[in-house]
Amino acid sequence: MTQQTAPPVVEMTGISVEFPPVKALDGVDLHLRPGEIHALMGENGAGKSTLIKALTGIYSPTAGTILVDGVERRFTGPADARAHGISTVYQEVNLCENLTVAENIMLGAEPRLLGGLNWRAMRRQAAVHLEHMGLDIDPASSLGSHSLAVQQLVAICRATVGDCKVLILDEPTSSLDTDEVEHLFTVMRALRDDGVAILFVSHFLDQIYEVSDRMTVLRNGGLVGEFVTADLPAAELVQHMIGRSMEVLEAAEEVVEHAERPAGATPLLQVVGLGRKGSVQPFDLDLYEGEVVGLAGLLGSGRTELARLLTGADRADVGQARVAGKPTRLRTPRVAMGHGIAYTSEDRKGEGVVDGLTVRENIVLALQAERGWMRPLPRKQVDELVAKYIQQLGIRPANPEALLRNLSGGNQQKVLLARWLATAPRLLVLDEPTRGIDVGAKAEIQKLVADLAADGMSVVFISAELEEVLRISHRITVMRDRRKVAEIDGGGATMDQVVDLIAGGGTK
Amino acid sequence: MTTSAPARTPRKLGGVKIPTRLDRRYLPVVGTFVVLALMLIVGGSRYENFLTPAVVSNLFINNAHLIVLAVGMTFVILTGGIDLSVGSVLALSTVITAALLQAGWPPAVVIPVAVAAGTVIGLAHGVMIHYFQVQPFVATLAGMFFARGLCFLIAPESIAIDNASFAELATWVQIFGEWRMTSSVLIALIVLGLGFVVLHLTRFGRTVYAIGGGEQSALLMGLPVARTKVLAYVVSGTCAGLGGLLFAMAQRSGYSLTGVGMELDAIAAVVIGGTLLTGGTGFVLGSVLGVLVLGLIQTIITFEGTLSSWWTRIVIGVLLLIFVLLQRALTLRRT
Amino acid sequence: MTNLLRHYLFWPVAALVALLVANTVARPSFLAITIRDGHLFGAPIDILRTTAPLLLVALGMTLVIATRGIDLSVGAVVAVSGAVALSHLASSPNPESPVTVLTAVGLALALCLVLGVWNGFLVSALGIQPIIATLILMTAGRGVAMLITGGMITTVNSAPFKVLGSGFWLGLPVAAVLAFGVFAVVAFVVRRTALGMLLEATGINPAASRLSGVRSKTLTWTVYAASGLFAGLAGLLISADTMAADANNAGLFIELDAILAVVIGGTALSGGKFNLSGTLVGALVIATLERTVTVLGISPLVTPLFMALVVIAVTLLQSPRMRERLTAATRRPVATTPPEPQPAARPDSTEVKTR
Repeated sequence: MTQQTAPPVVEMTGISVEFPPVKALDGVDLHLRPGEIHALMGENGAGKSTLIKALTGIYSPTAGTILVDGVERRFTGPADARAHGISTVYQEVNLCENLTVAENIMLGAEPRLLGGLNWRAMRRQAAVHLEHMGLDIDPASSLGSHSLAVQQLVAICRATVGDCKVLILDEPTSSLDTDEVEHLFTVMRALRDDGVAILFVSHFLDQIYEVSDRMTVLRNGGLVGEFVTADLPAAELVQHMIGRSMEVLEAAEEVVEHAERPAGATPLLQVVGLGRKGSVQPFDLDLYEGEVVGLAGLLGSGRTELARLLTGADRADVGQARVAGKPTRLRTPRVAMGHGIAYTSEDRKGEGVVDGLTVRENIVLALQAERGWMRPLPRKQVDELVAKYIQQLGIRPANPEALLRNLSGGNQQKVLLARWLATAPRLLVLDEPTRGIDVGAKAEIQKLVADLAADGMSVVFISAELEEVLRISHRITVMRDRRKVAEIDGGGATMDQVVDLIAGGGTK
Repeated sequence: MTTSAPARTPRKLGGVKIPTRLDRRYLPVVGTFVVLALMLIVGGSRYENFLTPAVVSNLFINNAHLIVLAVGMTFVILTGGIDLSVGSVLALSTVITAALLQAGWPPAVVIPVAVAAGTVIGLAHGVMIHYFQVQPFVATLAGMFFARGLCFLIAPESIAIDNASFAELATWVQIFGEWRMTSSVLIALIVLGLGFVVLHLTRFGRTVYAIGGGEQSALLMGLPVARTKVLAYVVSGTCAGLGGLLFAMAQRSGYSLTGVGMELDAIAAVVIGGTLLTGGTGFVLGSVLGVLVLGLIQTIITFEGTLSSWWTRIVIGVLLLIFVLLQRALTLRRT
Repeated sequence: MTNLLRHYLFWPVAALVALLVANTVARPSFLAITIRDGHLFGAPIDILRTTAPLLLVALGMTLVIATRGIDLSVGAVVAVSGAVALSHLASSPNPESPVTVLTAVGLALALCLVLGVWNGFLVSALGIQPIIATLILMTAGRGVAMLITGGMITTVNSAPFKVLGSGFWLGLPVAAVLAFGVFAVVAFVVRRTALGMLLEATGINPAASRLSGVRSKTLTWTVYAASGLFAGLAGLLISADTMAADANNAGLFIELDAILAVVIGGTALSGGKFNLSGTLVGALVIATLERTVTVLGISPLVTPLFMALVVIAVTLLQSPRMRERLTAATRRPVATTPPEPQPAARPDSTEVKTR
C-alpha cells in the first residue's frame, strides 16, 4: 500500500463549525491521500455534510486549518474549491436537465472560440470524458432524457473534468440499483488508480466495505477516529457510529412472531389483477390483519409502483380491489384513506413532510383532511393526540410548535408515521420508512412496525435493505421487472433465496 | 415540476438514445411559426395589399421597440424570473430623452443616458432579487411604480422632441425596392442578433439557461449564478431603456403615460414564442416570432375595419390560451 | 425587542403609523372625525372607504397566494363586474327599482364567480402555472368588459345601487362596512376551521397534501373562485362610487396593489403561510399612502414613486438578509430555542435544498 506513505492531498485539522448556540463540528480532523477511497461515516447529524461543506467553502469553519497540497486554504465556495481540484457530487443530481450532456460536463471549463463557446470542441471533449467513464451516450442529447443513474455518472464525469485531485461523493448510491452501483464502483476504482482521492459517504455498510480503503468516523460533531477499512469489523464500526449499546438493534432482531392466521379469514385488502400500464404488471395480493408483508426487489422493480396502486396514490388501469370483502376502486389517496389505508411515500421530502408547518400541524394533517375543513378537530383533542405521539415515538425536539423543517430526517419520518397512526389505519403501507435515517431511529421504527402488527394492523413494508425486510416480514412478496414474481413465507426465507428470486432465478 | 419525474421512470444504464426527429424543445417555436404563417396566408387571401412589402415592413417598424423589450424579457424569463417594469422603464427612457433634448443636451449624450437609466434600474432589480431575495415579481413591480413615478416627476406633460439631429436619426431609412428599414428596425435586429449570440455562444448565456433549469444545481456546478442573475435583469433593463429610445424616435415625443401595460405585451410575446415561464426553455427568436404574431393580430384587425379594437385583447388572450395549453400538453407527455 | 422587531406585522404597522404621523404633522386635523347628518366624516373614514375594494381583492389574493398561486386577472374582473352591473341597469326600464339593482348585482357576481372558476379550472384541473393562467384573463378580460359596454363608458342613475359606493350605514360608509365585514367573516372562517391549515399545507407541499388526503385541487379551485367573487364585489363598489363602468380604467392595477398589500403584510409570494391581518394592514398602508400624497400637496401622479419606496423599504426590511443583520445586531444570549440538538440537524441534513 504505497498510498499509506504518500503525503495527504487534503489535511483538515481541528475543524469546528458553529451555528450558535450549536457546535455542528468540534475539532474534527480529516486526511485524504491521493489514490485512496476514503469513507466518511457517521449517523445523521454526526457532521458528515457539515465537514464536506466546510471543506468546499459553503460553511466557514470557526476554528481549524485546511491544507490542500500543504498550502493553507479557505475556499469561498464550491467553484473556488473546484478551481483547486476539489469537486463534489451530491446525492441529488445537481445538474441542469434542460441543458445538453456536453454542457453539463463542460460548462465552467468549456473550450472557447473567439471569446464564445466552441460547441464542436465541447461536444468532442465531452465525448472523450464520457468514454473514459464507460458511458455510451450522445453528448448533444439533453440531460433530462437520461435516467437518474446516468445523470449521476454524468455528474461524476463533470467533477473529474480538469485537474481533479479530490472527488467528494455524498451519498451517490442511494437511488441506484445494484448494477448501477457496480458500474459506479468500477468508475471509482479507475479514478483511484489514476491517483484521485475519493471521499465517499454512504449509508450502506456493505458498500463501504466493498469499495473503501480507509475511513473516518464522526459522531455528534466530533471525531471518533480514522481506521483502515480492512482492520475494522462491521460490528465495531456500528458501535463507533452510534456510540451506544446494541440493545435497541437486538430488540428488533426478534420482531417476527409468527402468529397463525385463522383458516378462512377474509383478507383486509384483496386485489386481483391490479395493474397500471408502464408502471406495474397486473398482480394479485392478499393482505391480512396482524401481518407484515415485505416487498423485496430492486429499485425500479415495481415495488413502489405496487404500493402506490394499493393506496390510490396512482390509479390502476385494470384489476379489482376488495376491502374486507367489499369491491371498491382505490381511485385517490382520499378514497383509500376512507377504507383505512395509509401510505407514506419513499420521497419523504417531496411527498411527505410539509416543512413549513409545525410538528402539531403535520401530525393532524391527514386526520383533519379526512374530516374536511369544516369540521376542525377540537384543540384539546389535537394537543392530546400530538403529545401522545411525540411521547410514544420519541419525536425530538418534543415541541409541537417546532417547524418540521428544523427536525432531523429520522424525526421527520416519525412525525409522518404519527400523521398516519393518528388516522387509526387498518392497513399501513410504508415505502422506505428507514431510508436515510440513523441506525437508532431505524431500529425504533422497525420495532414500532412489529408492535403495530401485533396489535392487529396490517402492514406493507418496503425497503431497499433486504435484511430489514427479512427481519420484520411475515410474508415477502418479491418484485422483478415490474412484476410480482413470488410470494414466500418470511419465517423460512433466507437471504440467498430472496436474492435469487430478485436476481431472476440465479441468472446472476 | 419536471424535477420529480425521474423517481418513477424506468432506469436503464447506458441511456436509451432518443430518436432525434425533431427535438421537443423546438416544438413550441415551430408552433408559433405555423401560427404566424397561417395568419399571413389567411390575411393574404382575405385582403388585398396584405402580403405586401409595405405591410410587412410596417409590421417590423411598428413593433421595433417591442422586439427589443421581448429580447430582454426572454433573458429574465429564461432564468425563471419576470420583469414587470419594462413598460414603465420604456416610458422613463422616452421622458428622459425628450426632457434632456429639450434642455439642449446633444443627442450623443442623451441617448446613452436614456439607455443607462434602464440599465441602472435593471441593476437595482438584480440586486434586490439576488442579494435581498425579494421575489422578482415584487421587485420589478416596485421598479415599475418607481419608474412611472419618476416619469411624472420629470415631466407631467408630454414633451415634443424637435432636436434636428435626433429627428435625422429617427427618420433614417434604408429602402430596398418596396421594403423599408428604419433605424429603429436596424437597432432592433442588431439587439436580436446580439441576444441570440449571447444566449447560445457565451458562458453567460448558457448560465442563464442553467439557472432556469435549476438555480441550486447551477450554483453547485460552480457557475457564476449571482452575477448572471443580476446581469439578466441588467440586460432587460437596458433593453427597456433602448426600447424607450426607439419609441421616442417613433413618436417624436416623451410622455409619462406611454407603455402602460406594455410589459404584458412583452410577456405575451415571449410566452407565445414558446418560452416557458418556469425558465430554462425557450429561444430569443421565438420571442420575436411572438412579437410578430401580436403585431399581425393588430394589422389584421385594422384591415378588417369593422372589428372594434378590443377584439385585439380578446384574440391575444385566446392565442395565449392556445399556446399555454399546447405547452402544457407537451410537458405532460414528457413526464 | 428582538421578538417585536421580528414579528411579521412590525414593519407594516410601523409604515402605517409613520404615514399617519406624517399626515397629522402636515395637517393637524387629519385624524379628526366629525359627525354630519348622522354620518361620520373625516380623513380616516375616507381611508376606510377607499380601502374597501382593495381589501376585498387583496383578501382573495392572499388565499390564492397561500396555495402557491397568484391571480393577475382581478383587475379585469373588476372591470367586467362594473360593466355587467351598469349595462344591466342602463338597459332596464327602471334602474331605480331595488329588484333591478339586485338582479344587476347578482348577474355581475355570478359572472365574476364563473371567471374565477375558469381560472381555477386552468390552474387546478389543467395544471397550468397560475401566473400565466390568470394572465390570459388579465389580457382578455378588459376586452370582454368592453364588449359588454360596447366600448363606451356606461353611466346610469340608480339611487339604490349608488348606496353601495357612497351610502352610509350606522354612520359608516356602506362600502367599508361590506368589505370589512366580508373580510372579518372570511378571516374567522379560515382560522376557526381547518381551512387555513389545509390551504397552507397545499401551498407548501401539494404532493404531500394530496397523499395525506387533502382535497388540494378542490381547495385551489375554490380560492380562485373566491378571488373572482371578491373581485366582482370590489368591482361593484368601484362602479357604484362613480356610477360609471369604465372598461379601460376601472380597477386598473388593482391586482398589483393587492399583491403589494399581501406582500407588505408579510405573506411570501412563494405560498404557504399566510397572514390575513397582515394583508389588512397592507391594504390600509396603500390607501393611506395615496391619501398622504394628496394631503402633502404632491401631485397624485407621483404616487407610484412613493408606493415604490414603501414597497422597497418594507420588502427589504423583511428580506432574510436584512433580518439576519437586525437579529445579529440585537442578539442577546436568550434561550428561546430548546436545548435539543435540533438546529444541528439542519445544517447537517444530507438533503440539499432544491428550492
